[in-house]
Amino acid sequence: MLYREVGDLKTSYRADQAVLTITQERYGVFLLIAFMYLVVPLIADDFWLNTIIIPTLIFSLAALGLNLLLGYAGLISLGTGGFMGVGAYACYKLTSYFPDVNIVFLILVSGFFSAAIGVVFGLPSLRIKGFYLAVATLAAQFFLTWAFGRVAWLYNYNDSGAIDAVNRSLFGMPLTEPYGEPWFQYLVVLTIVIVLTIVAINLVRGRFGRAWMAIRDMDIAAELIGIRLLPTKLLAFAISSYYCGVAGAMLVFLSLGSAEVESFTILEASFPVLFMVIIGGLGSIIGSFLGAAFITVLPVLITTIPRVFEIDVEAATVEHLRFMIVGALIIFFLIVEPAGLARLWQLAREKLRLWPFPHD
Amino acid sequence: MDVLYQVFVDPFVQMGAMPDLLIQVIWEGFVSGILYALIALGFVLIFKASGIFNFAQGIMVVFGALSLVGLYELGVPAWLAIVLCIAIMFALAVTVERVVLRPLVNQPDIILFMATIGLNSFLIGFGESVFGGEPKTMITEQLGLPTGSTAVDVLGGRVIFQHLDIAAAVIAALMVAGLAIFFNKSKIGRALRAVADDHQAAMSVGITLQQIWVIVWFAAGIVALVTGIMWGARSDVSFALEIVALKALPVLILGGFTSIPGAIIGGLIIGISEKLAEFYWGPLVGGSIESWVPFFIALIFLWFRPQGLFGEKIIERI
Repeated sequence: MLYREVGDLKTSYRADQAVLTITQERYGVFLLIAFMYLVVPLIADDFWLNTIIIPTLIFSLAALGLNLLLGYAGLISLGTGGFMGVGAYACYKLTSYFPDVNIVFLILVSGFFSAAIGVVFGLPSLRIKGFYLAVATLAAQFFLTWAFGRVAWLYNYNDSGAIDAVNRSLFGMPLTEPYGEPWFQYLVVLTIVIVLTIVAINLVRGRFGRAWMAIRDMDIAAELIGIRLLPTKLLAFAISSYYCGVAGAMLVFLSLGSAEVESFTILEASFPVLFMVIIGGLGSIIGSFLGAAFITVLPVLITTIPRVFEIDVEAATVEHLRFMIVGALIIFFLIVEPAGLARLWQLAREKLRLWPFPHD
Repeated sequence: MDVLYQVFVDPFVQMGAMPDLLIQVIWEGFVSGILYALIALGFVLIFKASGIFNFAQGIMVVFGALSLVGLYELGVPAWLAIVLCIAIMFALAVTVERVVLRPLVNQPDIILFMATIGLNSFLIGFGESVFGGEPKTMITEQLGLPTGSTAVDVLGGRVIFQHLDIAAAVIAALMVAGLAIFFNKSKIGRALRAVADDHQAAMSVGITLQQIWVIVWFAAGIVALVTGIMWGARSDVSFALEIVALKALPVLILGGFTSIPGAIIGGLIIGISEKLAEFYWGPLVGGSIESWVPFFIALIFLWFRPQGLFGEKIIERI
């Protein structure tokens, strides 16, 4: 009744091929974006922005990167944390060498370094598939984590052995953590995420996305119809690592402030992003956002819900519960709905199309 | 020029100058190789019978060791603790089969792999909440494992062999021999090999898949328990062991995913080359390179022999 395509006829090919074809959906998305830009900075307090909203946006970008690689191209990668770290450290070095250049520009540029490293560690994908490729990406993860700690040039020979906070501004206002205002950081993160998501949507709808999905489904057949495997796989690694690199740079400069190697290890970064992608839904853009929101909000939920009932939960138990719930939910989702939260969202939309009628 | 000398010549010169140190390093590598091989053995067992890559093997190792220590701390005598631990691993196998494997029958491999990742996460949280996060000491003496060491004078120097390490090697050899006999000579072993070959054909001759999976996961659980005991005896039992278990992946790649002798030989190669690389080449780049050297060794092997040394050749069909 409210959400239908009836009467919504397209009069041009361009309109028919648009990303959002249903009018209600188009207005809904525009309203949502307007809400996120105009209303959220006014009503959200610093805690919400710093603990939930900004990390969710940043990790959804990383999850999007991994989803492009795992969900669309079918290449298992456990090196997400390493690639995020490359972006972060690249941005740090760039801003140390060019302190006057706009930090947002440098964040976007540092993704290219991550993409280059991603291509190097994606080279084995020519000969290796499946779980074996996961081991190759583990090599990348462990090597990069080692390099972040050992190569002192990367952290400017700091005593702390970690990236230090730098003070950079945008449009005259301080931006980087911890000097910037949370709402300003939120707006910058939101803009970067929205722009890169639009790029991702168009990528998966176009030639590259289809080539990736062909490789994922049956790579021998894909090769037979003329898709060049190695360049396409390397492109998947490059683009995925770009997204992870930008996410990593944003994580350090717009969220954490300073970062150590621990932020990019396999347990802190690679596995959570993998869980986000699995729970959110492989091979779907919105799934990355849903999964990231879920995994980021879960620890907060575990701490706040007992507080509502006046039960005190200590921090260690929260950690344990988090692992247990995430693990149980992954198994639950794989049994009940292997396509994740995104599929549930899709089902909800299809039910809404028919509401209040039971069937077509 | 100097760099070339440092990388390609100097380490070998060092090796030759102090042969007793070389033997010590090789022995250390041999021992850690045995332990990696034991972890890899658990992977191989499950992969051979069900085609599932059990990401949770590492946490099963920790879980087994922690259960043993936890039971002992509750006052249970050592021999009874071992029996109870075996029962716990059996219960774990049954639970995993009912809750995770049975609903996911016939799903593609990647779904099962991700299910074991979920299982891994769940067991980490569960184990930490039940046993606590601090490292614990393994009850080595109470289990009857030897302590102390022997020093052997060889080639002008001295090499020290820990009794525990020798015991670990012997136990590993016994376990591999036992598993080999089990697989090749017993009825259940034949059934396991049948299931590994073709699930449907195995079902058509009357083999119950569910029982086979419980047996396989139980066997992998026993291997994990033994590994946990041996590993915990060398260094404390803690959840950091879980990350070490990831080192078993290069072992699997080297040896092949479906081969028990491959797991042993792969483990030895990885263990020895990792220690050699760390000791002789590590100081050149700041040390601690053993975290990633095994993976690179595995990668090089993968390039030339994607199925590993002893694995089945991967035949792809459209």
